[in-house]
Amino acid sequence: MPSPLRAPTGSIGLLTAAQPGPTASGVGRATVPRWVPTVGGAVLVLAGLRRRSGAGAALATAGGALAYVGLTGRVAAPGWVQSRLPARGERGLVVERAVTVLRPPEELYGVWRTLENLPRFMPHLQAVTASGDGRSHWVAAGPAGSTVEWDARIVAEQPNELLRWESLPGARVPHRGEVRFSPAPGERGTEVRVRLEYDRPAGLLGATVAQLVGRGADRQVREGLRRFKRIMETGEIPTNDGQPRGRCR
Amino acid sequence: MKAVCWCAKDTLRVETVADPSILNPRDAILRVTSASICGSDLHLVGGYVPTVQSGDILGHEFMGEIVEVGPAVTNLRPGDRVVVPSFIGCGQCYYCRQQLWSLCDNSNANAWLSEAAMGYAIGGVYGYTHALGGYAGAFAEYVRIPFADVNPLTVPGDGLPDEQLLFISDAFPTGYMGADFCAITPGDVIAVWGAGAVGLFAMKSAKLLGAERVIAIDRLPERLRLAREHFGADEVINYEQQRDVVEALKEMTAGRGPDACIDAVGMEADSPGLDDVYDRALQAVRVQRERVHVVREAIMACRKGGTVVLLGVYIGLPDKLPLGPAMNKGLTLKMAQQHGQRYARRLLEHVQRGDIDPSLVVTHRVSLEDVPHAYTLFKHKDDGCIRVVIRP
Ligand SMILES: NC(=O)c1ccc[n+]([C@@H]2O[C@H](COP(=O)([O-])OP(=O)(O)OC[C@H]3O[C@@H](n4cnc5c(N)ncnc54)[C@H](O)[C@@H]3O)[C@@H](O)[C@H]2O)c1
Ligand SMILES: [Zn+2]
Ligand SMILES: [Zn+2]
Repeated sequence: MPSPLRAPTGSIGLLTAAQPGPTASGVGRATVPRWVPTVGGAVLVLAGLRRRSGAGAALATAGGALAYVGLTGRVAAPGWVQSRLPARGERGLVVERAVTVLRPPEELYGVWRTLENLPRFMPHLQAVTASGDGRSHWVAAGPAGSTVEWDARIVAEQPNELLRWESLPGARVPHRGEVRFSPAPGERGTEVRVRLEYDRPAGLLGATVAQLVGRGADRQVREGLRRFKRIMETGEIPTNDGQPRGRCR
Repeated sequence: MKAVCWCAKDTLRVETVADPSILNPRDAILRVTSASICGSDLHLVGGYVPTVQSGDILGHEFMGEIVEVGPAVTNLRPGDRVVVPSFIGCGQCYYCRQQLWSLCDNSNANAWLSEAAMGYAIGGVYGYTHALGGYAGAFAEYVRIPFADVNPLTVPGDGLPDEQLLFISDAFPTGYMGADFCAITPGDVIAVWGAGAVGLFAMKSAKLLGAERVIAIDRLPERLRLAREHFGADEVINYEQQRDVVEALKEMTAGRGPDACIDAVGMEADSPGLDDVYDRALQAVRVQRERVHVVREAIMACRKGGTVVLLGVYIGLPDKLPLGPAMNKGLTLKMAQQHGQRYARRLLEHVQRGDIDPSLVVTHRVSLEDVPHAYTLFKHKDDGCIRVVIRP
């Protein structure tokens, strides 16, 4: 039986409705006493866990976020609202995420540069096929079991340091991506920084929608980077899917 | 197979569940020969710890025999006898490399959940909530061991019985880590709150690490006796008879205070005093989960510039902690879930040399069927219960 709990990953647009979250995109002070969100958060976490569904996982995440509000008095949970609307000079919604991996940059770059590897750790990607000329074809999970496909090309590469790509004309959500590898201080491995910039989907303008889509993307990138780190450091992704559990009936 | 599952608060049930199987290349399957109910399980079963789910298999203190290994495990073979640390490490992240195994970056399968509650995810642990990985526990005939190439301690197949080795899984390294955190120097007096298995191992470890004097604090005569007779306590305080523990410690140390204070009690501490009424009232309305009486006492009792170590488990945001006294007295606070892999080999040597007999904490032996009953016994400390050994 699969574990009822999964990391809250999913395709862009799929998760958005079920993701209650902080309304402010920045960091603000909670006006209620700290313990209120904390207790509420714990309850939500538990309620979410009992439901054993995607919505349940979302609820649990929201609960975690609320608990976090209680813990810190900040309205932004870690990893939630890192995406932001474009600043001047930027064209679309920006997602920025980073992780530190205890492996040398050349190893990490090598794995990433072989784009076919990406679906191993980016949960929403189903397949990437590269053709020799720097072009690639991407297939991702879309809403309601559908798939979304697009073509991309590599626009910059500096071995062991940087890789930049962008979608080719015709992509439903035009975007540009970049990953940088730089040594972390003091034998701590390599800092891997991903930056994605999405053009706003046509017809879906408005800050709210963009923000919600961004959150889904943000979560994908965060969990994707976590998996990347885990594969690179340990050779596998920890799981409890398929382990025994009781029924309590 | 048979397994003990958490079904609801204070409700454990023995269920028939599927056998575990290898899910990842570095997994192994262990046939559990001995396991034990830990004080941490009391907090969990008693409903103090969130993210446990109905149907979860409990149990994190255990040992047994390897029956199957995944393709990436080359240093273990079926038939090997091993003790398994309760916290799971990957062996390859920054934290595991620093010997801070319970802080492993990679072993928690539900890292996002732990991260939401604590800012950063800590490692996974067997049978102890979904926030800490959601791994099936060892109160079962078989259990899956993730990262089996780096976690289990292989022990000789013959010679020492399970009961001498079992606690190297959890309670013994926890106590030893507590004593280690005290950075003991000659002349040091160490006070230990709680004379359960964790406290007893902390006391003995403090002696092994050179403490001058150890003072044990509890209320249960059988535990205090064991502390004095076998686990290195030189003096004991029965907190039910001696109402002011802080004052008593001050007197016993001629006005200096203990050099280090170890909390081996945790979130269900009781106290006869007023702050207990306050804590329980808050607990009753679910405002806070834990009772932190022992932390308060330890901070107040500790000498200036001394060390306060928390081994007892806390999970939330308790109130009324004497941070002012801690700051002004220049205390060092150290705490952690146990880094068992760091100490396992050293502890095995102590047991083999006869420096310590961990089996002295065992008071009851049961089968899986009897675990729900044994849990109640342990919870209420009835029948002199200190540690229950389960033989599946
Ligand atoms: N840090 C870790 O990795 C780790 C590992 C194992 C256990 N633990 C924790 O250590 C604690 C002790 O575990 P255990 O298995 O020994 O539990 P236990 O229940 O057997 O022992 C707790 C003892 O504390 C005593 N006590 C209660 N209130 C007290 C007070 N006010 N002053 C002094 N003593 C008091 C009880 O009488 C009992 O003897 C628990 O909180 C457990 O969760 C932590
Ligand atoms: Zn334990
Ligand atoms: Zn690790």
